[in-house]
Amino acid sequence: MSERLKISLNVNNDTHACEIDARMTLADCLREKLDLTGTHLGCEHGVCGACTVLADGVSIRSCLIFAVQAQGMKITTVEGLAKDGELSPLQEAFHDNHALQCGFCTPGMLTTAEALLTENPAPTRREVESAISGNICRCTGYISIVDAIIDAAERRRQGPP
Amino acid sequence: MKPPKFSYLAPESVKNAIAMKQELGENARYIAGGQSLVPMMNFRVAAPSALIDLNGLTELSKVSLSSDSALNIGALTRTRRLENDPKITGAHPLLAAAARHIAHAQIRNRGTIGGSIAHADPAAELPGIVLACDAEIELQGPRGFRTVHAVDFFESVFTTALEEGELLLNIKFPRWPKDRKWGFQEVSRREGDYALVGIAAWFDLDATSSISACGLSAIGAADTPVRLTKSEAALLGSVPSLPLFEKAAAEVTADIDPFDDVHASAIYRCEVAAALAIRTLTEAWERDT
Ligand SMILES: Cc1cc2nc3c(=O)[nH]c(=O)nc-3n(C[C@H](O)[C@H](O)[C@H](O)COP(=O)(O)OP(=O)(O)OC[C@H]3O[C@@H](n4cnc5c(N)ncnc54)[C@H](O)[C@@H]3O)c2cc1C
Ligand code: FES
Ligand code: FES
Repeated sequence: MSERLKISLNVNNDTHACEIDARMTLADCLREKLDLTGTHLGCEHGVCGACTVLADGVSIRSCLIFAVQAQGMKITTVEGLAKDGELSPLQEAFHDNHALQCGFCTPGMLTTAEALLTENPAPTRREVESAISGNICRCTGYISIVDAIIDAAERRRQGPP
Repeated sequence: MKPPKFSYLAPESVKNAIAMKQELGENARYIAGGQSLVPMMNFRVAAPSALIDLNGLTELSKVSLSSDSALNIGALTRTRRLENDPKITGAHPLLAAAARHIAHAQIRNRGTIGGSIAHADPAAELPGIVLACDAEIELQGPRGFRTVHAVDFFESVFTTALEEGELLLNIKFPRWPKDRKWGFQEVSRREGDYALVGIAAWFDLDATSSISACGLSAIGAADTPVRLTKSEAALLGSVPSLPLFEKAAAEVTADIDPFDDVHASAIYRCEVAAALAIRTLTEAWERDT
């Protein structure tokens, strides 16, 4: 009794209808059904953070929630951070601070940092480190990532976004 | 990996959820935050035939103070809310402090207090707090409502007093006096990892500045969270001091029964538990309340 489910998701302010199995995670649905491949999957059990997306503004693991459960939530993926083709101040700060190398962890870092800066517009380095403690980067070494998030906080405070 | 197939149900009331579980039987599972169950499904160590999703049951995310100043926290309350909601942080600062040690923000945004207690990982923070604070766990099942005291709830690794079909509704923390002293300390390999060992402690002082009541528990130190009754006995009736805390800490190993694993040996866990007991009691003692 594992029939196909018809669901509707709000992702990056667009409504998408799709047909899925209940066992499809939100991460797989984003990537395979909606072609939003910016969300990455590293571990599929909650430890790497690459799959982080925003649900109603707060960060969650998209590998640990089923797509059917995300109905009614406002989902934002890394594709939703840029506005009208312009990088957000956070994305620009990552670019300017060399906060990525291979880029695999970057979507999760950006969505996690976006949620942090919305909640706490002026975090300390320690608070940034704690906020990204659930995001693993195998290349960059974190220092430039923390630099970028601190820099982004400054840029956002100076606005306009 | 990807989880095995299951059917998905979204009940609209507690009654409805329990009826579904009764009909579908043992192989169906309740899902709350999914932050322990979904990893187990993705590893295929759990393969439920059906998931009964509790997330629509808003009646389970209520937080309130009852007339006797007990703090009632609905099972579906997210871990993140335990650390941020002034209604909780003010009424139970120890619970809020321990919640901050759980995993990472992304996981705390989904995980729930009821899920953590039902899952009963021996290293999990919230079961340790529930135990140290003599909380009551309120359950509803096919055979009705009942209350289980925290000391009777945790039976073994991932095993609790929950009976087939029972749903955790609410956790009731007894009144928390404003000037109660408290501390929480744990050692984990990285921020957000499960604790290798952790200690929670609180105590109240009487008019002569002696300890009139106290509660201590250890996590990661046996197959369930454990109440440190011998340490408590060493503290009761005495005036707080470092030598007293050292005496209480020397009793910790009598109550715990830690294990060896890839992260730490049992001997190491014993030493850390005793050292943390001193630190936690000192933290409590030095706190201005
Ligand atoms: C990377 C990672 C790190 C983590 N680190 C920690 C940590 O340091 N400390 C810690 O404590 N936890 C940690 N966790 C686990 C996390 O706290 C979980 O949220 C918690 O253990 C389970 O809560 P949940 O709401 O997600 O439950 P779920 O995963 O939905 O359910 C867990 C179990 O409880 C049952 N259940 C859930 N709700 C109820 C209910 N109301 N009544 C009856 N049964 C119910 C389910 O059927 C299932 O068996 C970590 C998780 C991850 C992925
Ligand atoms: S893929 Fe979700 S946390 Fe690693
Ligand atoms: S940039 Fe390669 S994993 Fe972070």
